[in-house]
Amino acid sequence: MSEFPTKAKCVVIGAGIVGNCLVGHLARLGWTDIVQIDKGPLPNPGGSTGHASNFIFPTDHNKEMAFLTLDSQQQYIDMGVNNTCGGIEVAREPQRLEEFNRRMTSAKAWGIDAKLITTAEVKELVPFINEDIILGGFYTPSVSAVDSLRAGTLMREEAIAKGALQVFANTEVLDVETDGVYVTAVVTTKGRIECEYVAIACGVWSPRIAAMAGANIPLIPAVHQMADVGPIQVLVESNKELAYPIVRDMDTFCYERQSAGSMEVGSYAHRPIFHHPNDIPSNEESALSPTELPLTMDDFDPQMEQAIELMDMLGDAEIKYAINGLLSLTPDAMPVLGECVEVRNLWSAAAVWIKEGPGIAQLVAEWMTFGYPKLCDPHSSDISRFYPHEKTEMHVEARCAEHFQKTYGIVHPREQWASQRDMRRSPFYGREEALGAVFFDARGWERPQWYESNAPLMAKFPDVCEPREHEWDGRWWSPIINAEHMQMRETVGMVDLTAFNQLDITGPGALDLMQKLSVNQVDVAVGRGVYTPWLTPHGGFRGDLTIQRLGEQHFRVVTGAFDGGRDEHWIKRHMPLDGSVTFENKSTSLCTIGVWGPNAKALVEKIHTPQRGEAGLDNESFPYGSVLDRLLAGIPCTMFRISYVGEFGWEITTKMEHGLKLWDALSAAGQDLGVVPVGIGVYAVTGRIEKGYRLMGAELESEYMPHEAGLDRPKVKAVDFIGKEAYVAARAAGASTVMCTLTIDDHTSASGIERYPVGGNEPIVTADGSRILDAHGRVSRVTTAGMGPSVGKFVLLAYLPPEHAVEGNQNLRVMYMNELYPVTVARVGSTPLFDPTDARMKG
Amino acid sequence: MSALRIAVCVKRVPAPGSRINVTPDGQSVDATNLGFTTSPHEECAVEAAVQLVELHGGSATVVTLGPVEAEEQLRYAASVGVERALLVSAGDGLNWDPQRTATALASAIASVEARDGVFDVILFGNESADSGGFQVGIRVARALGRPVVNGAKGIEVGDDVITMRRPIDAGFEVYELPRPCVIGVKEGINLPRYPTMKGRLASKKVAVEVIEGLDQPGGQARVRLHRPEEKASSTIILGNGPEAASAVVDLFAELGVLT
Repeated sequence: MSEFPTKAKCVVIGAGIVGNCLVGHLARLGWTDIVQIDKGPLPNPGGSTGHASNFIFPTDHNKEMAFLTLDSQQQYIDMGVNNTCGGIEVAREPQRLEEFNRRMTSAKAWGIDAKLITTAEVKELVPFINEDIILGGFYTPSVSAVDSLRAGTLMREEAIAKGALQVFANTEVLDVETDGVYVTAVVTTKGRIECEYVAIACGVWSPRIAAMAGANIPLIPAVHQMADVGPIQVLVESNKELAYPIVRDMDTFCYERQSAGSMEVGSYAHRPIFHHPNDIPSNEESALSPTELPLTMDDFDPQMEQAIELMDMLGDAEIKYAINGLLSLTPDAMPVLGECVEVRNLWSAAAVWIKEGPGIAQLVAEWMTFGYPKLCDPHSSDISRFYPHEKTEMHVEARCAEHFQKTYGIVHPREQWASQRDMRRSPFYGREEALGAVFFDARGWERPQWYESNAPLMAKFPDVCEPREHEWDGRWWSPIINAEHMQMRETVGMVDLTAFNQLDITGPGALDLMQKLSVNQVDVAVGRGVYTPWLTPHGGFRGDLTIQRLGEQHFRVVTGAFDGGRDEHWIKRHMPLDGSVTFENKSTSLCTIGVWGPNAKALVEKIHTPQRGEAGLDNESFPYGSVLDRLLAGIPCTMFRISYVGEFGWEITTKMEHGLKLWDALSAAGQDLGVVPVGIGVYAVTGRIEKGYRLMGAELESEYMPHEAGLDRPKVKAVDFIGKEAYVAARAAGASTVMCTLTIDDHTSASGIERYPVGGNEPIVTADGSRILDAHGRVSRVTTAGMGPSVGKFVLLAYLPPEHAVEGNQNLRVMYMNELYPVTVARVGSTPLFDPTDARMKG
Repeated sequence: MSALRIAVCVKRVPAPGSRINVTPDGQSVDATNLGFTTSPHEECAVEAAVQLVELHGGSATVVTLGPVEAEEQLRYAASVGVERALLVSAGDGLNWDPQRTATALASAIASVEARDGVFDVILFGNESADSGGFQVGIRVARALGRPVVNGAKGIEVGDDVITMRRPIDAGFEVYELPRPCVIGVKEGINLPRYPTMKGRLASKKVAVEVIEGLDQPGGQARVRLHRPEEKASSTIILGNGPEAASAVVDLFAELGVLT
């Protein structure tokens, strides 16, 4: 064993699947001088990897997770540790069969071979199943089980063979040091190592290690119960590790996985059982391992009954090994990846399961190497997505308790959280509540999705206010949204936009920073605002926002609640440390109301008091794209002439304490102008989609570039910016996919019910049902779906390769719930369906 | 012969295999990270009881003196086939020395026997896994006025006698005991079965009778527990793959396992 080093380029903490694959991928990307440590012995140091059931069901509704899982499975195959056995999800309840249709749709999107099978076919594949209690199955032949410990060893050995890695087992971290900005050293039981980078890949212990550096990785170790029962004759006789498909008993949240002569029975149905990272026993204190705690039998009993019900032979098998196994849960059930926001060069690769481990390790390695991953957009795994209140132990536990039993659940894409609500309220909340607002959670903010007070408007617009026939399509939705939309386009609407993140960048270096981050020219006159993408170093979308120039050295970045944390981190990560730029998050001291519609100008004029020398609100004195301070109802406001719904009007921002008065003044003044409160259902879906506006995290992801999204300008600005080189090169080569607006021609399903896609990655396919891939292998799928009430069509946004991106093309279909519906390509590129010349908005 | 009645006495002890920490006051084991189990000799006693009932009919009753949590050990015995369970209440379980334990157990067993009939044989583990006093079975036997032999590696039930054998250096000692009697069972007498899932579920339906035993002070008092220093261990890696072969052969030769 070599001597413990005193210096290294990078210290990777953890030798589970993630840490091991991370050192392997870092070495592949050219890193040297890596030191990997783990407090346990090798090859199984006692973390979650050591007791994992190691199986991979590739289908996931979430694109990022599906992509990372498929990539990981391929890596396991390449390492020779993937054992394909097939897998069947079985249904006991009718609604699960509906979910299987949805899973078939997602499988199609990601190119996974899958089929729905009858009960008899399930029985044929799994002869010992009780077919009397199941209704059918979702069969995926490529389901596999992997040897994650062997995979980890191979990755470590590869890095060692390259001369890039030294590994130290039985080495516990005592401290992680920083200089206040950067991570500087790791102190261990074997000595102190100075280093430039630290990657925390130690699963359930990650929060404890991060806290040593003053950082927060929001996850909680939680119990997953598992018992190994056997020997079972039919399994013994198979003489194989996996002779039968793995069965997921979806409606009881259990699985049965053969392990040679016995069966592993695992459950996600028990009560949530959490352990604080500091309360996990040491290796020495553990009879099995620190993450294999004694099974609490009472919690497991109901699952045993259900397992026996499904496979009677299990009842007579002996319980040889049974654990409360620890795994990592996060508040939104996604991993926690990326650079910690508190400490530069301190990286998190936490809350990762075996099925996505190697892919995530590659993603993090790329991120550490290039500044952003190439593999796929880590949008929903990015550690910087969390706001402070989401990182508290209370929040983490509450949300994890809520979603734990949804592990095998049927979760609607629009499903709302029940716990930790009312965390952030705009000053208008009381008024909105009185108007019957139905609040949706936006990272803690309570935002009205629609207003029940607008229900009478449905009678005015009956053609677009039909309820949705199928409960699933209409869940977390109301036709009132369409009525609000129509009324806004006819008169004027008020939209609560307080959830905006408003980030002020000031100082002599502010312009340079903003230019460096932004694709579009932001060196504009004071009083102008611009829309701009931010790009990754590879030219893909990293942000999508507006920037207002409020002074020569003062810029305000306005971005959405779902990206605010990420955008804040991106700014801070690129801020010079010389004091030339000051960052201030103004989000919680400002509130914003969007006022849009044909009567918007008349409405605002009624409460506008022009100050000396100020012009009015007309198009000439307050042109589109300008940002001006105005006095409304005596309140100093900053008004930005822009719109996300395609109407004339402003985002009106004032200090939080003035908000309520501003709301009341607008509301009162608007009574005879037909003002209506308008929810986010219009702002983010119907109004937006009619205008073809793109949304970060939906249409805009790092796999796509501005010229593909139709957001390119005629010229690329001369000043350098992040991603410019890659973007310019790709632009010159031409787009291999184009963002298009499609409409559904016929909603009638095979059963005669009209169906309306909810916008969850439904694939756009050819008439014969074939997937459409572009030259880079990117699949065409629905990125947003919603009604366009003013165009009288149900609208889909999707990227299509040039050969399909032809306006009027009626040869395509959208797959929804495993059925095909005809669509028409209505627009190619950014031209909107509604008001294509923007005459209404620009006046 | 009337139906065979067996009692088997077990003790809730920390699960082995991990470092056992002691509470700061030195009076008990820190159970924060511990699982609990039945002493290995007693697991064999339970298995012996189940096998005897399977062979001869009758019934087995598992008995423990302990805190309410010890119901876990009673149900474990029930999950491998014991039909009845008796919990002799011991409050928090502190300072129950062998004498006090045996007094309580003997009085509880006597009261159950007065109601339900005498146990033909009462099985104990040879010694407990935690305190290892080797006394309780003998003391209970004496209190009940019954013969007792420890170290059993074989038990056969006949019409009038119970034959028990135990290994000695030269072979086996064989004892014939009259019914009723007490036998201390030693690990190795059998291979205890694991509970099946059905057995576990069935065990939940077994009623646990809670009974107060006679509580008289014993003769010992705990001063304090302490955890002995752990012996440091080290691992020498002889090599990886085929190149390790010669080193392995050398080691085997050194150990004298090659002939």
